[in-house]
Amino acid sequence: MSSPMPPLDLIESNDPVAMPKRVALVRPDARATLRRVEERWVMTFPNLILREVIVFQIVVIALSLAALLFNAPLEGIANPLETPNPSKAPWYFLGLQELLHYFPPVVAGVVFPGLVVVALVVIPFAKINLSARPLWSGDKKQTRLWGGGAIVVLAVFFAAFNCWPIVIPTLLVGGAMFSIGGGGQGGRLRQFLVRVTMPEWIMTWFILVATILTLIGTFFRGPGWSLVWPWNMYPPA
Amino acid sequence: MNGTPLPRIGIWVRESALYRSIVRHGAADTNRNRSLVIFENLFLHMHPVKVREKTLKFTHTYWLGAITISALVVLIATGILLMFYYHPSVPQAYRDMKELKFVVDNGVFYRNLHRWAAHLMVLGALLHMVRVFYHRAYRPPRQFNWVIGVVLLLVTLLLSYTGYLLPWDQLAFWGVSVGTNMAKEAPILGPPIRFLLLGGNIVSENALLRFYVLHCVLLPVALLGFLGVHIWRVRKDGGVQGPPGPASDDEVEP
Repeated sequence: MSSPMPPLDLIESNDPVAMPKRVALVRPDARATLRRVEERWVMTFPNLILREVIVFQIVVIALSLAALLFNAPLEGIANPLETPNPSKAPWYFLGLQELLHYFPPVVAGVVFPGLVVVALVVIPFAKINLSARPLWSGDKKQTRLWGGGAIVVLAVFFAAFNCWPIVIPTLLVGGAMFSIGGGGQGGRLRQFLVRVTMPEWIMTWFILVATILTLIGTFFRGPGWSLVWPWNMYPPA
Repeated sequence: MNGTPLPRIGIWVRESALYRSIVRHGAADTNRNRSLVIFENLFLHMHPVKVREKTLKFTHTYWLGAITISALVVLIATGILLMFYYHPSVPQAYRDMKELKFVVDNGVFYRNLHRWAAHLMVLGALLHMVRVFYHRAYRPPRQFNWVIGVVLLLVTLLLSYTGYLLPWDQLAFWGVSVGTNMAKEAPILGPPIRFLLLGGNIVSENALLRFYVLHCVLLPVALLGFLGVHIWRVRKDGGVQGPPGPASDDEVEP
């Protein structure tokens, strides 16, 4: 045990100038308790290695079943003189091919994918992504102005190109964003949405747009890139 | 102790001079030997010797990186088998698809495996990236590993895309034509890059050969290189990061 603390000299006085009294309010979340609990560590072998082997086995089994049940597509030999209608890129590029329907090729094929790659690369270096500040935790007026402005600009821009598959998710995400602008009172969904940060709103918007475009390009585009039902994709010859 | 013959054979093998010359440590029955399993092995030593217990929980990573790498292993194994039967020339490439179907034992099975594993790898990489984003696992010190991840995603897409042409059927030819016509639209660099990629102005036999070399040599080597750095840096940056805990004071802006 360390030596006992020397007694403090207490000056008893009721004069607020000579002895100002201070009141400290300790919030429950700011108490001087230990925040970080001791972490438990385990040996990598066998704990992690065996789990990795199991994941690998599950993947191999699932893929083998898929390979037994479904054949990889194979059409007739390549013929440069006979263009199938529609001719489609692999599924992960169909979002871009869908954009070709609305935008000039240089925008859909170069500008947009370029912007996406640049945006992905800079994510960890942008200060806004490093803070865990929820979107509505700051100046609400500023957030309303800039957030609303961005949504309106995006919606108007894509509407000008008749690109409704982007306009609609933009307005949906914007609506969700503004629905909790008032504060955090309410149900679980509201409690969850209140904590969403700005980068998370943007990423969610991007994933929603990319998914919708890919699904439309894959399942709802037929001859001449016209809108069709999936079961009418290729009309009977 | 071990009365049954099989464990006795196991012990005899493990204690033999030959086995001990390859694997220097004994059975992994002590924590010392369990450590040696990891750091005496070139491949396993990409892992740390110990990991946080909570990182083993399913919801920590959803094992999406492991699923993607598992798909890659399947792709390499089946890809090598398929290479034995494939000629990157017109029209033999397409005939080889028919050979795989009608002549080669289990040829269809391996081609199917390769195809579905390729889809799984692209999907797994995308989901892995989404998971890392929402868990904010790209934050310091992991910034650069996120960038390597973006490079890996691009290489994965290029691998899948170059493989798409190889069967030389209508699907392959026109899928690649659509994609490379987009590349043409890039200002200044677009047309020369397209010419370099296709070895001409249209998708032809030259393009098939170039895509084959890219698909079987250049891109896999690039992928494995970046993948090695990616996994090694996970260890260097303190292990996989799962869902973020409650924000601490230094993360929240006042």
